[in-house]
Amino acid sequence: MGAGHAHKLYRRGDSPVHGLPPHTKLVAVLGFVLVVVTTPREAVWAFAGYAALLAAVAALARVPVGFLLRRLAIEVPFVAFALLMPFVVPGEQTTVLGVAVSVPGLWGAWNILAKGTLGVAASVLLAATTELRGLILGLQRLGLPSLLVQIASFMIRYGDVVTDEMRRMSIARRSRGFEARGVRHWGVLAKSAGALFIRSYERGERVHLAMVSRGYTGTMPLLDERPADRAQWAAALALPLAALPICLLALLG
Amino acid sequence: MRDVHVPDGFINAPVSAAAGVVAAAAVAVSLRGARKELDERIAPLAGLVAAFVFAVQMLNFPVAAGTSGHLLGGALAAILVGPWTGVLCIAVVLLMQGVLFADGGLTALGVNITVMGVVTVVTAHLLFRGLQAVLPRTRGGVTAAAFVAALVSVPASAAAFTLVYAVGGTTDVPIGKVLTAMLGVHVLIGIGEAVITALTVGAVLAVRPDLVHGARGLAAPLKLRVDGELVDAAPAPAPAPSPDGGSPKKVWIGGVVAALVLAGVVSFYASASPDGLEKVAADQGIDAKADAYEHATADSPLADYGVRGIDSARLSGGLAGVIGVGLTLAAGTGVFWAARRRRAQGDTGARV
Repeated sequence: MGAGHAHKLYRRGDSPVHGLPPHTKLVAVLGFVLVVVTTPREAVWAFAGYAALLAAVAALARVPVGFLLRRLAIEVPFVAFALLMPFVVPGEQTTVLGVAVSVPGLWGAWNILAKGTLGVAASVLLAATTELRGLILGLQRLGLPSLLVQIASFMIRYGDVVTDEMRRMSIARRSRGFEARGVRHWGVLAKSAGALFIRSYERGERVHLAMVSRGYTGTMPLLDERPADRAQWAAALALPLAALPICLLALLG
Repeated sequence: MRDVHVPDGFINAPVSAAAGVVAAAAVAVSLRGARKELDERIAPLAGLVAAFVFAVQMLNFPVAAGTSGHLLGGALAAILVGPWTGVLCIAVVLLMQGVLFADGGLTALGVNITVMGVVTVVTAHLLFRGLQAVLPRTRGGVTAAAFVAALVSVPASAAAFTLVYAVGGTTDVPIGKVLTAMLGVHVLIGIGEAVITALTVGAVLAVRPDLVHGARGLAAPLKLRVDGELVDAAPAPAPAPSPDGGSPKKVWIGGVVAALVLAGVVSFYASASPDGLEKVAADQGIDAKADAYEHATADSPLADYGVRGIDSARLSGGLAGVIGVGLTLAAGTGVFWAARRRRAQGDTGARV
């Protein structure tokens, strides 16, 4: 894919992290998150260690802290759930700032906040340093069925097109004086959604015919093969391998 | 209101892994099914439909006073493009959201795909099919079936999440509270989803009924205008039997075997320890009260999910699971058989 297809999270750069083959980074992030998830929640210091590791990666990739923190907003709904926990979980009670809360509830909230945040931060770092096409090819190298990879790449390739089409429909509605204010206007919006489906489906049919006329037989040629050498694997896996001893210590301690 | 993707650390590792296996199996089966349905058109068509689901989730439907909702799209996808392609599209959307937008944890991907993709699409599809067997085969009937399918699919997904949470939640929030909260919210969301889904399906039906997978066979017979009069066109060559309609027996048998194996094997392992709700009940002393009332069916041979006269608790639990699935299947089959008979009679009546 050429320029203009970069997704919102991607930050162009030429850091060592950007240069790693995508599939090694995918494995590294998955390994890191697995290590984080298996760490017992009582080992508070371990999570500080994981956060420090991620901060080191972010510094190496030259991803600004503010950018990382802004993207963490995605887990806000679960933060709300976590904040409820100290009040609904039964068990031993304690007082924090004059409010009675339950101890297991506090641990549960901490568990979700810490692990969820570290997981999102790791994913944001992956997305910030890897191009779309690279991520999809990385998934393919890791054994995702090629048909699924094709579907995903079509979705990514035409996602912006379909979203723009929806925005143009919205502009057309508004330029004719329509403003959706409540449930009464759902009919108009649903008609737009229906029209959007028909346009998307018909576009799919046209795309297929155009591809068939250019020799498509159901598989896509793999053009930019990027195998990883041992040094690259080692560099990528440094993150989970550094996190592993922390987890083991926490499990033993 | 965004739909909530489960983050990392919310569900414990074994259950996340099990959900991952379920999701992978469902996607693999859907790939086979969708390939039969769309042959080599599958990649561009499913890709564009996934892009549509992705986009339509951003279309805001204002409710009141600044709040708004949006489509989740599982039921809509099931009805518009069929269950196989529907599962694939939702799974790909969730995968991309997880990898590209850090929306939903990577280790929770299996849970997210199973709960929000597979459960929603399969529930909506089965309900839609079942209602179609009973409702009149008109546009109104299809829209009504779409409404109910979407209405139930959202709380069903919430219930599935609660189940996953009960088995593998990392925090012991009382399952009863989780279920009440989840169902309460999701019944409301389900109503919105149902209205939007039915309206959208109706909009597509009005323009391109041939594109609605759930309304195949609804097309009016082709008429030609000859000398100002409408004449029946020569019947088109009969379409090849649809692949999923070709072997309903196979699908049915497969489903029954899977359900029996799951019920038997899983309860064999699960029944030894009390479930979350029972545990909460025991912890909070609700059990004692319940004993005083005694459940009305406590004397039935399946009381407390065990079979009497069989000593091994596990074996008996497993057996109870198998018998339970059998009974449910028998009851369900009976209802559908009766419904189909009634419709068949109605058809002959109309023809006379």
